[in-house]
Amino acid sequence: MSVTSKKGLDYWLPKLVVSPTVAIAIVFIYGFIIWTSVISLTGSTILPRYDFVGFEQYVKLFQNPRWLSSLWNLLVFGVLFIGVCMVVGLILAVLLDQQIRAEGALRTIYLYPMALSFIVTGTVWKWLLNPTVGIERFVHNLGWESFQFDWIVNPDMAIYTVVIAGVWQSSGFVMAIFLAGLRGIDTSIIKAAQLDGASLFSVYTRIIIPSMRPVFFSAFIMLAHLAIKSFDLIVALTGGGPGNATDVPAIFMYQFSFQRGRLGIGAASAVIMLMTVLAILVPYLYSELRKPKDA
Amino acid sequence: MFKKTLMAMALGGTLAAGVQAGEVEVLHWWTSGGEARAISVLKEMVEDEGHTWIDFAVAGGGGENAYTVLRSRAVSGNPPAAAQIKGLEIQEWGDLGFLADLDPVAEANDWDGKLPTIVADYMKHDGEYVATPVNVHRVNWMWANPAVFERAGVEIPTTLPELWAAADKLKAAGVTPIAHGGQAWQDATTFESMVLAVGGADFFEDVFVDMDQTALQSATMIEALRQFKRVSNYIDQGAPGRDWNVATGMVIRGEAAMQFMGDWAKGEFTAAGLEPGSDYVCAPFPGTEDAFTFNIDSLAMFKQPNPANTEAQMAMAALVLSDEFQQTFNLNKGSIPVRTDMDMSAFDSCAVEAMDTFKRTAVEGGLVPSMAHGMSTTSSIQGAIFDTVTEFFNSRSMTAEQAATQMARAVRAAQ
Repeated sequence: MSVTSKKGLDYWLPKLVVSPTVAIAIVFIYGFIIWTSVISLTGSTILPRYDFVGFEQYVKLFQNPRWLSSLWNLLVFGVLFIGVCMVVGLILAVLLDQQIRAEGALRTIYLYPMALSFIVTGTVWKWLLNPTVGIERFVHNLGWESFQFDWIVNPDMAIYTVVIAGVWQSSGFVMAIFLAGLRGIDTSIIKAAQLDGASLFSVYTRIIIPSMRPVFFSAFIMLAHLAIKSFDLIVALTGGGPGNATDVPAIFMYQFSFQRGRLGIGAASAVIMLMTVLAILVPYLYSELRKPKDA
Repeated sequence: MFKKTLMAMALGGTLAAGVQAGEVEVLHWWTSGGEARAISVLKEMVEDEGHTWIDFAVAGGGGENAYTVLRSRAVSGNPPAAAQIKGLEIQEWGDLGFLADLDPVAEANDWDGKLPTIVADYMKHDGEYVATPVNVHRVNWMWANPAVFERAGVEIPTTLPELWAAADKLKAAGVTPIAHGGQAWQDATTFESMVLAVGGADFFEDVFVDMDQTALQSATMIEALRQFKRVSNYIDQGAPGRDWNVATGMVIRGEAAMQFMGDWAKGEFTAAGLEPGSDYVCAPFPGTEDAFTFNIDSLAMFKQPNPANTEAQMAMAALVLSDEFQQTFNLNKGSIPVRTDMDMSAFDSCAVEAMDTFKRTAVEGGLVPSMAHGMSTTSSIQGAIFDTVTEFFNSRSMTAEQAATQMARAVRAAQ
């Protein structure tokens, strides 16, 4: 009897310790996801209401030109931000991997932008890019009067300024991930390849980079969710403007839910954003979770 | 003094119960220098009556942050006593049953007699007073730096053709003709004045109050959009995202000749130590001298569970319309009193002119609610108009016809 009760405590204690976290996660993450989905099916205005209207809010959402342009902006920003961050991060990591001096200091310098919040990054770049006070003015004062760099006030180009600021902030972080990946590769394989006469270039392109597939994947997932939830960077950098040129779904969601008293349509846009994240995450989780079976 | 304190300490408990001293918590976003000074007057007056004031200031110019806080407080059953809510939002909160009935205070103080009907109507829900107005802003102003105009050799414009002629000359003289902040609400502020100038007050009401679909797509609207778009030729490159007070600073320093902004801009000129009439000029937006676009700030009163707090709340409601508060608050805020029976001798020439136009247009017609500042529409329709206006103003390819069609469609979708 006493033996079983002792075993019972050993058995229950870990579960007891973890249970508050599980309960909080269930209520505040999954509970609110469900609540938001329910609200998106109602006609809620400034306060939540439970008069179900079916998919009307989704129909309205996709008839709204601003939502469509915000989706397009997210696509442009997402593809460029993830792509450029990966390329720049990988190049930086490979260069840092050459057993150079003061690597620790350089790594810190490249990684440091990550320590700033997106609000700070956005504000600093807003001033740098502003043609009347920033880079353009600086070059004009140097004497090159015809120099033009007014992307931030040009509705066709403004979204690319967001990419510049985002890449500046996040590529150091991607570099750190890649550097860890590079360091994790078995050096004996590389030495064997070098004995066989492979050049450094082909060692990287044929052996090292292909064996870093999981690292690419985690970098991609992290950048993708940064891109989809991007809000603070754009609010600080362009405020969604000029006009609605750098509008993204997160800003749309915030404005409609909290400023314009259209909780229903805001919830619908939030659900669409969640589905976008899921569309990326589910294949990843699927491939990760079935691995042990293959092995 | 010492005696008084002792007395207060000794009798504190019993006294408080005797006069039913309560707490008023006031949610507002009057946080900038002049605004904070203006609201602290009310705080002192409430405290003089023995009540406790709990200041619930949430920074953020347009009050978006404050609304989010207010909503969560209201849903959790713990709303503040008063909140800075205006225009049709008051009706929305009234429909939801959150607002307190102020009729006893209103009758005791003859609000119906003191307030212009158009102001009083905004403060009532189902015929009952639920909010108190604190001030009236005129939105269709133009702020000009006369020294800059003089240097370019042009007169301050009073009509649209004069405006464009002057702007061309100013541009040629090397100054930015129009100081503008490229934010959606500022684009909309200029746009609504343009609608007023091109279409007149009746047309303004057709589009922004009645949301008439034919008027929204009419030739007059297309012409207003076209004139509005011309403004973009006369602003500087740094305009996108600029705050309104930074734009006012450009006029103050003479970098720009004029700004289209409501009379809160006056606070910036006053803070810079400038005198109206000589150092800067306030003139109606060209072509709108017989119209007054109003923006009324108000405090909506929420039902309180505690009777002592309700009493404090009612006392505060009465104080808001008192001579002393109306005068001090509006002197600090740059606006004009909501009561037309006030003595205006302490106010500057811009405020006096605004008051005269306010009284005149209330009788002759031409007094219209501001769309850009949420007086004429719900926030959802206002947002739909903002989206189109700001997109059109910044777009390089959208035509005025397309903008009119898109605006009409967006308004219908938001209704």
